[in-house]
Amino acid sequence: MRQLIKFFSASFLLISMVITSSIAIAADYKVGFIYIGPPGDHGWNYQHDVGRKAVDEAFGDKVETVFQENVPESADAERVMTQMALSGADMIFATSFGYMEPVLNVAKKFPKVKFEHATGYMTADNVSTYSARFYEGRTVAGHIAGKMTKSNTIGYVASYPIPEVVRGINSAYLAAKKANPNVEFKVIWIFTWYDPAKEADAAKTLISQGADVILQHVDSSAIMTVAEEAGVYAFGQASDMSAFGPNAHLTAIINGWAPYYVKKVKQGMDGTWKGAEQTFDGINAGMVIIGPLSDKIPDNVKKEAMAIRDGIASGTLHSFTGPINKQDGSPWLKAGETADMGTLLGMNFYVEGIQGDIPQ
Amino acid sequence: MGFSEINFAVLVASLIVASTPLVLAALGELVVEKSGVLNLGVEGMMIIGAVSGFIVGVETGSAYIGMLAAAVAGALLSLLFAFIILIMQANQVASGLALTIFGLGIAALLGHPYTGIKSPQISTIAIPIITDVPILGTMFFQHDLIVYLSLISVVAIWYFMSYTRAGLILKSVGEDHDVAHSLGYGVITIRFLAIVFGGAMAGVGGGYLSLVRVPQWTEGMTAGAGWIALALVVFSGWRPLRLLIGAYIFGGITILQLNLQAIGVNINIAVLSMAPYLATILALVVISMSRFRGNRGAPGCLGRSFVKTT
Repeated sequence: MRQLIKFFSASFLLISMVITSSIAIAADYKVGFIYIGPPGDHGWNYQHDVGRKAVDEAFGDKVETVFQENVPESADAERVMTQMALSGADMIFATSFGYMEPVLNVAKKFPKVKFEHATGYMTADNVSTYSARFYEGRTVAGHIAGKMTKSNTIGYVASYPIPEVVRGINSAYLAAKKANPNVEFKVIWIFTWYDPAKEADAAKTLISQGADVILQHVDSSAIMTVAEEAGVYAFGQASDMSAFGPNAHLTAIINGWAPYYVKKVKQGMDGTWKGAEQTFDGINAGMVIIGPLSDKIPDNVKKEAMAIRDGIASGTLHSFTGPINKQDGSPWLKAGETADMGTLLGMNFYVEGIQGDIPQ
Repeated sequence: MGFSEINFAVLVASLIVASTPLVLAALGELVVEKSGVLNLGVEGMMIIGAVSGFIVGVETGSAYIGMLAAAVAGALLSLLFAFIILIMQANQVASGLALTIFGLGIAALLGHPYTGIKSPQISTIAIPIITDVPILGTMFFQHDLIVYLSLISVVAIWYFMSYTRAGLILKSVGEDHDVAHSLGYGVITIRFLAIVFGGAMAGVGGGYLSLVRVPQWTEGMTAGAGWIALALVVFSGWRPLRLLIGAYIFGGITILQLNLQAIGVNINIAVLSMAPYLATILALVVISMSRFRGNRGAPGCLGRSFVKTT
């Protein structure tokens, strides 16, 4: 037993030394990033890491960035951020929704450290949030999907029933329905952001039930691979995924964090950074990018898609423009009315026409 | 909403594919545990198998060579474990956990240049004549070689454990290593072989994941499959046939809930996803109740280091 204790304490010491040494840094300004999965996912985390590298490049030796990958959305996140703050990080980017509570807790303990939390909605004096209007991208994707489907069945692999994901489904559905009134959505919730095998299973199930275009709101590129094999279409999520499905890949909704990260780090360095701010940028600010369109898309559809993209960017078009009813038939938006920010940020209902329920 | 939209033949076929990595890895671990060793490194060996199988598969253009490489890689990693716990007599739980962490890390490193590449295909082998049987043919007789191999291994291991002398010796080592030792059996050698076999099986399970089921390499792609395999061994009460059923139930619930969702049935997904784990806990409770103690199947020396006394 004593040997066991010795072994555990020795390995604990060793592990904490490794972690500390990887976080201990020496530049003037230190920025930490925590990721929910590996940056090698070629999806969500990959793009945050692209943003981190942009910070490295923009400031050279003046800024040092560190990151920790595979940080669970639990007390672990709190520990990792505390560790980062203790070893001198001036700013920490927490890049997943579920880090909300941990961020607020750690921020309270380290009032001088600046926190940036992705996709959350709670702020503090030293916590700002940022999110992208991914749903704008999904309006473009939904339109293309509606035009490309032959079976009139579009599959959607969703992660967790949080407003961000529900917003995406609604936005894609409205656009698809407008492009093709016969379209039907099949939604599968897999309750994980990252599990390639589960994502693949979900996509295979949707395809076996007749879906010939797949949209996804999960992090890996497994769905693209499955779609390529089955000979159906799919959209890249967060990153361009055409490498995984050269024939299947229609386009991708790419997250562009780099400009935001560089701007925020710069503000942090020259003292103009402000807490309690909520950034919610979309196509116009380059936070949501529509990737290259596949040759498989007919030219007229390409043109329409680009017109939608440009319309959203210039503000003449809004993803949620009335008349729109909620799923139960009760009116939500009057003709010409656009959705307000509050409803969008807390969206927990399907729009009329989508089958099934949002799991609670 | 219509159940007619679900193709049950396809559903069964895909649950078999979904369960195969679990069957393979869990069978290997079953043999290891029967020899009295608890190897918690299944997840690590699986992911090493997944990455090595994928790399070799891509480089050689043959998925079968990839599978072979996956087995070799899993076995090599398990050698490390065998050395640490059998020769150095380290704690098995800690060493197994370390193996998992090490495997995940080194797989991420090795696999880095291989993300975004397509793997060679494994073709399905339709078994002549019976493949044309309606429904059953689609369900069971149009799979790839590895699926058939996994089923053959279930039977082979069951036979080996129950009816061969070598199998009985292996079990005796697991039940009481001191007695086995005094009878003149090489406890270390037998455990060594069992661990390497377990590693190879976990490796193939991982290879199946990256070469057939997903099929691509992504970091951390096993996503806990190794732990489920470990739970399955306990769930099965260390019996190969029960293990197969357990794995298929597990895969079945996963695939079924996806299908139900897609047709829009209102089900509680959280409860369904939890069900296999709940079943494992229940099985554990049942088999540890005193009434069943006599034949619960857990090897007597599971997890204990063997120190040669004479």
